[in-house]
Amino acid sequence: MATAFSVPKFAAQPFNPISPTSQQKPLIFPTAASPFLGSTRKLLHLSSSSQLNLRRRSSGSVFAVSDIVKEKKSTSIPSLLITKEEGLELYEDMVLGRAFEDMCAQMYYRGKMFGFVHLYNGQEAISTGFIKLLKQQDSVVSTYRDHVHALSKGVPARAVMSELFGKTTGCCRGQGGSMHMFSSEHNLIGGFAFIGEGIPVATGAAFSSKYRREVLKEADCDHVTLAFFGDGTCNNGQFFECLNMAALWKLPIVFVVENNLWAIGMSHLRATSDPQIYKKGPAFGMPGVHVDGMDVLKVREVAKEAIARARRGEGPTLVECETYRFRGHSLADPDELRDPTEKAHYAARDPITALKKYLIENNLSGEAELKAIDKKIDELLEDAVEFADESPLPPRSQLLENVFADPKGFGIGPDGRYRCEDPKFTEGTAHV
Amino acid sequence: MAAIFQGVGAAATLSSSPSNSFVPKKFLTSPRRSFCVRKVPSSVVVRSDGSVNFDLNSKSRRAQQLVANAVATKADSSAASSSSNPGHELLLFEALREGLEEEMERDPCVCVMGEDVGHYGGSYKVTKDLAKKFGDLRVLDTPIAENSFTGMGIGAAMTGLRPVVEGMNMGFLLLAFNQISNNCGMLHYTSGGQFTIPIVIRGPGGVGRQLGAEHSQRLESYFQSIPGIQMVACSTPYNAKGLMKAAIRSENPVILFEHVLLYNLKERIPDEDYICNLEEAEMVRPGEHVTILTYSRMRYHVMQAAKTLVNKGYDPEVIDIRSLKPFDLYTIGNSVKKTHRVVIVEECMRTGGIGASLTAAITENFNDYLDAPIMCLSSQDVPTPYAGTLEEWTVVQPAQIVTAVEQLCQ
Repeated sequence: MATAFSVPKFAAQPFNPISPTSQQKPLIFPTAASPFLGSTRKLLHLSSSSQLNLRRRSSGSVFAVSDIVKEKKSTSIPSLLITKEEGLELYEDMVLGRAFEDMCAQMYYRGKMFGFVHLYNGQEAISTGFIKLLKQQDSVVSTYRDHVHALSKGVPARAVMSELFGKTTGCCRGQGGSMHMFSSEHNLIGGFAFIGEGIPVATGAAFSSKYRREVLKEADCDHVTLAFFGDGTCNNGQFFECLNMAALWKLPIVFVVENNLWAIGMSHLRATSDPQIYKKGPAFGMPGVHVDGMDVLKVREVAKEAIARARRGEGPTLVECETYRFRGHSLADPDELRDPTEKAHYAARDPITALKKYLIENNLSGEAELKAIDKKIDELLEDAVEFADESPLPPRSQLLENVFADPKGFGIGPDGRYRCEDPKFTEGTAHV
Repeated sequence: MAAIFQGVGAAATLSSSPSNSFVPKKFLTSPRRSFCVRKVPSSVVVRSDGSVNFDLNSKSRRAQQLVANAVATKADSSAASSSSNPGHELLLFEALREGLEEEMERDPCVCVMGEDVGHYGGSYKVTKDLAKKFGDLRVLDTPIAENSFTGMGIGAAMTGLRPVVEGMNMGFLLLAFNQISNNCGMLHYTSGGQFTIPIVIRGPGGVGRQLGAEHSQRLESYFQSIPGIQMVACSTPYNAKGLMKAAIRSENPVILFEHVLLYNLKERIPDEDYICNLEEAEMVRPGEHVTILTYSRMRYHVMQAAKTLVNKGYDPEVIDIRSLKPFDLYTIGNSVKKTHRVVIVEECMRTGGIGASLTAAITENFNDYLDAPIMCLSSQDVPTPYAGTLEEWTVVQPAQIVTAVEQLCQ
């Protein structure tokens, strides 16, 4: 097959903005006039069927999904990809994600939250597209850019905002912070600060699911785990080690790469010998799929298939979502390295605007209804901020709680009693 | 109970008794005690002493929680010397295996992961035949990716399983340091207590016979600062099985350090179910003149030195601290209060080792009771050389221990 874009060409050429006409039809992949950094449309293994069906492909298949969507649309009677309810759910979730992150920025600059805060603006389609297909028992593992994953998974905005404010009512009692969102109720297993270190944990969660099915004989256990991580992580050893193990044991996991082309200030192309991440899937014996991550409907299509594949016990999938973060890496990042034209190009492909357009054009909803959702989210966030503001800060006694699940781990003190049995223990220190 | 050591050179019988930190003071201070096996026969005696009432409550509470308290078991076996329960003899690696197997039978969520644990049976045969019995998924042969399979164990522990991760050699776990420090130790805390990580990380470490620098590492000193984990070191078949079982049952992440040279120790252990408390130290040989604190293989060097010391008229008290993190300051403190002199003998390197932390802890808590500065005998701060003679000089030898005690007791 011909490859129009070779890697050296990407590195050598400055970014070319795509033609304006291709912006207007978000569901149809732009034509050949639009080279996309870090992606390729060229490696297609289309079966004769126009059905989007990963199962029929060999495990070594690699293809660009958006072309298949295009093909599907052209050969069949035009049908909508979502119902009205689904559409509104997706819209609301993405607006929640966007508005929440904007509120975070505001609160940060007002001194309500501190440290490293990484915002997800622009990438909402991936979180919504994938996580809204999950059941409550399915697990999500994320990175430090995890606020929106938490919200999509169902963690209340109040709990996330309180956590960011460092209050005791936060989802992690204020002990985790922006980069460590956890929720056992919603099966959100982190929130990790070091890139790549969540991927083995996700593999472990998937292993648990398989173990339950096969060893504990819980026959209906088909829990799937989603591991979200970025392009920078894909050069990390843990990524490759886990691709190997997941494919080896056919674990029910989907590896979702949120390729936003930048790892702080390091361009993906400068860091990676072969920037086509989805190609690395077949090297380990799993399908590698590439999808336009600015389009929630395309992401959802791919997600459905990948999650279904995992549920059926056929093993993992590597999904590379091309996306972009509208803000800097974190609120401390001046974001000077990225080309303004590149930013403008992606701003024009805002996933929320695109979905809104789709809903209106296909008569699934109207302006008024969507505006009502916007307003509802605004009120929700006001409430969340108010709740977080009024919540108490953690007291001194909380410092030593939760270090050990079994506090006998603090040991036996000189008086013969376990330290944790001392009524004044929480005022003391943790050293042993 | 008698313990016969192979390959260590000590011939005499040694009492390796389970720990009991709630011994009332009257036993500890009784003079001219000549018998080696000093153990409170049963918890009845302890309960009768009002001065340790609070401890009794917690102890009896603990005894209820545990399947069989170590002390209670010892009571049974020592009180009924002519009982119909003679115990059975096995080697240390078999004891570990037995403990692991019993826990796997008891709880189907217990699983093993590591390199060559399945079909090969473990590089030191600790998991021999377990894969045949429990299947390939419960005794999982992993690819060589320590960081990732340790992380996988942590993820599995967070989602309800109880994995036992084996490092083929503890030194290999340096590759898993990211997962052990960041995730294993921290996630219970950073998740606000939402996820527990009941994982056991175990493997052989320590200086062997000319294994070279990288296979002769003592990782307990590297891991000791990680908040949220417990570390224990086994030294006899009895405490190996007991600690293995306790570690698996514990809700905390536990790192169990075994020693490459101790796997072939033989001992007779009870038939009935028992565990060894993770936080307690073990009184190996009570004495009056000096407290010698040690763990793992150095215990045997200390006991060898103890024989020489006894012949020279000294009466050393030997404590196997067993719990490297946290320290059992009760047993250690009681000993310091009695003897007023401390020698620490360890295999860790001098800089930043377990001995260094122990010295600090004793100085902070029991400074008033010390008649002399604490002596800490550790390995030399060198990468373990291959040459036999150099390796011998790297670790502490019995002669050095004898000299140190003599110096301290002048």
